[in-house]
Amino acid sequence: MTDTLLTEQALAAQRPVLFRYALLQLRDSELADDAVQDTLLAAWQSAAGFEGKAGLRTWLIGILKHKIADHWRRSAREAVAPIFDRTDEEDDGEAEQDDYFMSSGHWNGGPKAWADPEAALKQQEFWTIYEVCQNNLPPKMANVFMLRELVGLDADEVCREAGLSDANYWVTMHRARLRLRECLEIRWFNNTKQEKNHA
Amino acid sequence: MRSCRAISALVSQGLDKELSLRERFSVWLHVMMCTRCRNFQTQSRFIRKAARRYSDDLQSRLDNKP
Repeated sequence: MTDTLLTEQALAAQRPVLFRYALLQLRDSELADDAVQDTLLAAWQSAAGFEGKAGLRTWLIGILKHKIADHWRRSAREAVAPIFDRTDEEDDGEAEQDDYFMSSGHWNGGPKAWADPEAALKQQEFWTIYEVCQNNLPPKMANVFMLRELVGLDADEVCREAGLSDANYWVTMHRARLRLRECLEIRWFNNTKQEKNHA
Repeated sequence: MRSCRAISALVSQGLDKELSLRERFSVWLHVMMCTRCRNFQTQSRFIRKAARRYSDDLQSRLDNKP
């Protein structure tokens, strides 16, 4: 154990995750970069405030959130709400999940085979559809999914960030995948228009 | 034999944590015979890959927007 020593390397190693987090919030790479630099500088200056308990990344994200909040306060553009603090009044929980399965536990419809997903990754139009599907997730579900899959936090870090219990986390991630999957299938993989375009 | 509902939930969990040997075995046994759950398994891995790619490319997408 090297104590709670805060090295420059340890800080720098967190930079990509912080940047992705900031970028998703601020949607501007210069602003995101500034916020991350401010965060790292603040962390460096107050290294004594780091207790090592919650984990370095959690501590840094806490600082970053303040920097991002400062930005929104400074800028007149109040219109854009910070995405990672959204809550859902949506609680169509069980009913919604049951759409995917019959009472027997079998798929209701369910995943069909997809033709050449790898090829889709190379097409600009696919990414437009992907974005639509991701934006169609209920806000809180989208937060959880993005913190895990886009920002790259660990499951337990996501739980802390989003204030979720373990059980809620699994359910939320599973639903997000079911939804995204279905949306991509309908709008892209089984879309006859798209097949025509590429015929 | 576990249901597709239960197996797909395990498949999802398996992306974020190590499943127990028993869980892994029941998933394996199930997806051998069930095309839909097999599709779900490949597709949820694909979704993870797509999400990472989307995240990696977000900066250039945003920078190139007028």
